[in-house]
This record gives sequence, C-alpha cells and structure tokens, in this order.
Amino acid sequence: MSAAAWQAGRADPIARFARYLHSRPRLMLALLLTPPLLWLGVIYLGSLLALLAQSFFYIDEFSGQVVRELSLRTYAELLTEPNLLVVARTVAMAAAVTLACALIAFPVAYYIVRYASVRLKALMYLGVMVPLWSSYIVRVYSWKLILAKEGVITWLAEHLGALWLLEAILAVPVLGGPSLSFSMFGTFIVFVYIWVPFMILPIVAALERVPRSLMEASADLGAAPIATFRRVILPLAFPGVVAGSIFTFSLTLGDYIIPKVIGTSHPYIGTVVYAQQGVAGNVPLAAAFTVVPMIVMAVYLTIARRLGAFNAL
Amino acid sequence: MPFERRRHRGKPEGGTRPGLALRLAALGGILFLHLPLLFIVLYAFSAEDKSFVFPPPALTTRWFAVALEREDVRAALLLSLQVASVATVLALFLGTMAAAAVWRSSFFGREAISLLVILPIALPGIITGIALRSALNLGGLPFSFWTIVIGHATFCIVVVYNNALARLRRTSPSLIEASMDLGANGFQTFRHVIFPQLATALLAGGMLAFALSFDEVIVTTFTAGQQATLPIWMLNELVRPRQRPVTNVVAVFVIAITLVPILLAFYLTRHGQDAAGSGR
Repeated sequence: MSAAAWQAGRADPIARFARYLHSRPRLMLALLLTPPLLWLGVIYLGSLLALLAQSFFYIDEFSGQVVRELSLRTYAELLTEPNLLVVARTVAMAAAVTLACALIAFPVAYYIVRYASVRLKALMYLGVMVPLWSSYIVRVYSWKLILAKEGVITWLAEHLGALWLLEAILAVPVLGGPSLSFSMFGTFIVFVYIWVPFMILPIVAALERVPRSLMEASADLGAAPIATFRRVILPLAFPGVVAGSIFTFSLTLGDYIIPKVIGTSHPYIGTVVYAQQGVAGNVPLAAAFTVVPMIVMAVYLTIARRLGAFNAL
Repeated sequence: MPFERRRHRGKPEGGTRPGLALRLAALGGILFLHLPLLFIVLYAFSAEDKSFVFPPPALTTRWFAVALEREDVRAALLLSLQVASVATVLALFLGTMAAAAVWRSSFFGREAISLLVILPIALPGIITGIALRSALNLGGLPFSFWTIVIGHATFCIVVVYNNALARLRRTSPSLIEASMDLGANGFQTFRHVIFPQLATALLAGGMLAFALSFDEVIVTTFTAGQQATLPIWMLNELVRPRQRPVTNVVAVFVIAITLVPILLAFYLTRHGQDAAGSGR
C-alpha cells in the first residue's frame, strides 16, 4: 500500500473504526455475539422457557380457561393412566425403531468403510446424505403409495403367493389393521425408513476411526475374521451405534406427522401435544407433555455419555 | 477396551472381499433408502387418479400441466421459495457471526453458545414449534410471513455455523497476522483474506439451510397460521387427499428443488481435508 493510500486509509472513517475495533477485542466480540444471542437467547430460549412456565399453569375445569398461577395440577393430570400409556407406547416405538435402524445401518456403514472403492464410497455416502437432508414430507408420502391396500406391497405379495403372510401380519392384534397404511407396522416401517440415515453416519464415523492395523494385529494373533469382528470391531463401533440411537430415539419421540399420516388412531406423545395445544386448547398439558421427551432424552444422554457416544458424534 | 489375547485356530484373515450376506445387506439398505422415491416419480405419471393402484394402468404427462395451472400450488411454491430465501440470508448472517465469535476468542459461556446454536435441531421440532407458537400467542403477535421465517432461521443457523466454524478452524491464523502486519485493517483482512477462504463453506451452508427450510413441515405447522408452504400443502393433501395426481407431481417438484442445493453443497465441500494456508 502506498503512503498516500495509507494516509487515505487513516482518514477513512471505516478504516478508523476498524482500527478502533482491533484495539478493543471485547467490543468486537460483543458486536459479533449480540445478534445471534438476541435471536437464539431471547427469541428461542425465551419461548422455550415460557413454554416450560406454562406447564405449571392449569386449565379451569368449568370455564376451560387457562389459570395463570403456579401449580402442579397439570403434572398430576399428565401422570394419569391414559397419558402414561401414551408415553409408554411412544418410548416402546422409539426403542423398536432404534433397534431396527441399527440392524439395517450397520451392514451399510461397514461396507462403506471397509470394502467400497473410493468412488463407490463417495457415491454411497451421498446416497445416505441426500435422504437425510431432503424431502421429509415427500418421503413419508412415498409410503402412502407403497403401503396402500391397492399398492405395490399387495401386488408383490399376490405375485409371490405370499398374500396369506400379509394377511397374517395385518391380523396381529394392536399392531395390525385394515391395510399396512393403517397399521402400527406401517408407522414402524416409515419411522425406520425416515431415521435410518441418522444411524448410518455416526457408525461410519466410528468405524473410520478403527485403525486397519488393529484388525491386522487381531488376524496376526490368530483370530478368525468373525472373532475379529466380534471382539475388535464391534466394541469399537458401539459408541457410533449409541450416537446414532440418540438421533433415532429423540426424533421418534417428538414426531407427530408420521403417526398421523401412516398408522392407527393410537396416540403418541407428538400427536397428543399437537391435539392438546390445537383442538383441545389445553396449552398447559401440551407444555407438560413436551417435558417428557426432554426428560427421557436427558436420561438417555447421560447413559450415552457413559458409553462414550459423544466421541463418535 | 475388551481386547482379549485368546488365540483362535482358524483361517487367516481373508477379509478383502466382502461376504455375500454383507453385500446383500448393504445393497438392501441403500435400496431401502432410495426405491420409495422412485415410486413417487412413477406415480406422477400414472393415469389413474382415484387410487394408488399398482402397477399404474397407463402412463401420462398431463398431471404436470394440471399441477402447474393450479393457483394454490403456485402460491405455496412461491411462499416456500420466499421463506427459504429470507431464512437462509438471516441464518448466513447470524451463523457466521456466532462462528466468528466462537473461533477467535475464548470467553465465559463459549460452550453454552455452541449448545444454544445446536438446540433447535437437537430438540424435537414439535417442541421448537409449540414454544414459538405459544410465545407468539403470549405476545399477541398475529401469524405472518415473518413468523414462518423466524422459526426457519432459528433451526437453519446451526447449519451455517457448523460449516463456517469448520472452515475457520482450518484457516491458518498466520495468514491473518500477515495481512494485519502488512497494514490491512480488520475489514480489509476480512474482505480479502478471511472471506475468500470462507466463501465456499458459506455457500454450502446456505444451500443446506435453503433445502432444510424448503421442506420443513413440523415447526411450520405451528407458526404458519392459515398460510400454506409447499410442504404444508402436501401435508394437508396427505391427511385429506383431494387430488392425488397433483400431489404426486408436487412431490416430484419438492424432490427436484431440494436435491439441487444439496448436491451443490457436497460438491463445494468435497475437499474436506485440505485448505489453503493450513500451517497447523
């Protein structure tokens, strides 16, 4: 920079402001932090705390109006049998979905990390990332087409001579229904389908970190491949499975669209929250219900931390 | 680490080729992820308009014209594009600022900032949605274009933040020191040194934020009121189907519009490991 330009720079108010800021890093930090903090800290966190506060209000039984005084009445209502059943059903669904996701995800992740060529690896990785990022509602919708009574599953069962099997599945009490599209099996399939990419990626990350030399050492020491897998790879990949399960579990707990679109009328935490704040107008109970997934996830995260899942995220 | 030193008598490790079971399981997993979307594309061309009958009795392209003529579809598409654009711009500013603050300085509560940024996508969407809705109600604010944008920007910040912070961490501090030593002021250093390093990461983050916002439905149902974004329009059709062929076509639109920015984002960040001037 020439001397003249430097002189001009000195006179330029923007440049002077820049120098002023440079000499005061704390002010610079404050300027950078204020907008995001105002947004997330005030608008977002404020809303969350307001929601939490409302769970301590309650609905007056006669007027149906929200009474704004602190009370545990809403929580007492939350702990009644029908509501606990909803919580149990949701947690059981989340657990089943998590297990199925792990079973489907592990071979995919293992293949990506150990066997795929560089090009195939990139392609498979993209094949997992794209569904993770895109078109949630469209992907739910695709199963409406597939699981419909007149859809491809029935057609396939007919042509494979497996119609009896489909009917047997649909005849299972509670889990079955008139068609897969209106059954708990259907809800389960769609949950697994939507969340499985969230399980694959952390397992890939965990497996990537298993050094090849460790597997070679295990083989050199005489372990059969299956033993190496069970005693070396699986224990090292397990934190990845736990990390993935945080997503699949949490996402299933909070979802209300999937059970509404595919499934029976049995309520889940998400559908109850939606109904209570909307049609029923009982915001305190809806707010209290949202505390359930938060507590379940807090417990879950504590256990996951013990299992070393955070290093695999 | 459970690493027992028991000897097994068996074949020496021959694991360079995967077994048939593993190959089938991996292939099955990938097909499971992608086949359903092919059905949507197939059904968009189906001539049958009353049911989801398989196989479609005949194929036609007329539903694309029908869908494009629909006023409600066009309005929803326009609203979605506008919301996603504005939310992305907001997220770009807020996410970059937060990343810059966390990157250069250590301060009390730095960890809390990271947590705060991640919270909107870590918590189930329904919690974010109902919290914002009840806050709007408490504040007496009516639903509008901006209430949708507020919800979307909140969970888009993290995408930009993650991309920007990862890139900043790979930017060598010596480059910035050199720039300052050579007499550039803070703004000039940002414009000529930091920003060129950051640009593709921000573009990638922006693309992902756009895709995320474009098909978000859970938070949107709580902050949209009577307005319908394209995903909300789809959700209404799913709960109460009125015209299935149009829904199929709209679904194809949504797939196409979100696929492009995602692929672009991955193209931009594909060299994740190497960054210019990384002397660390």
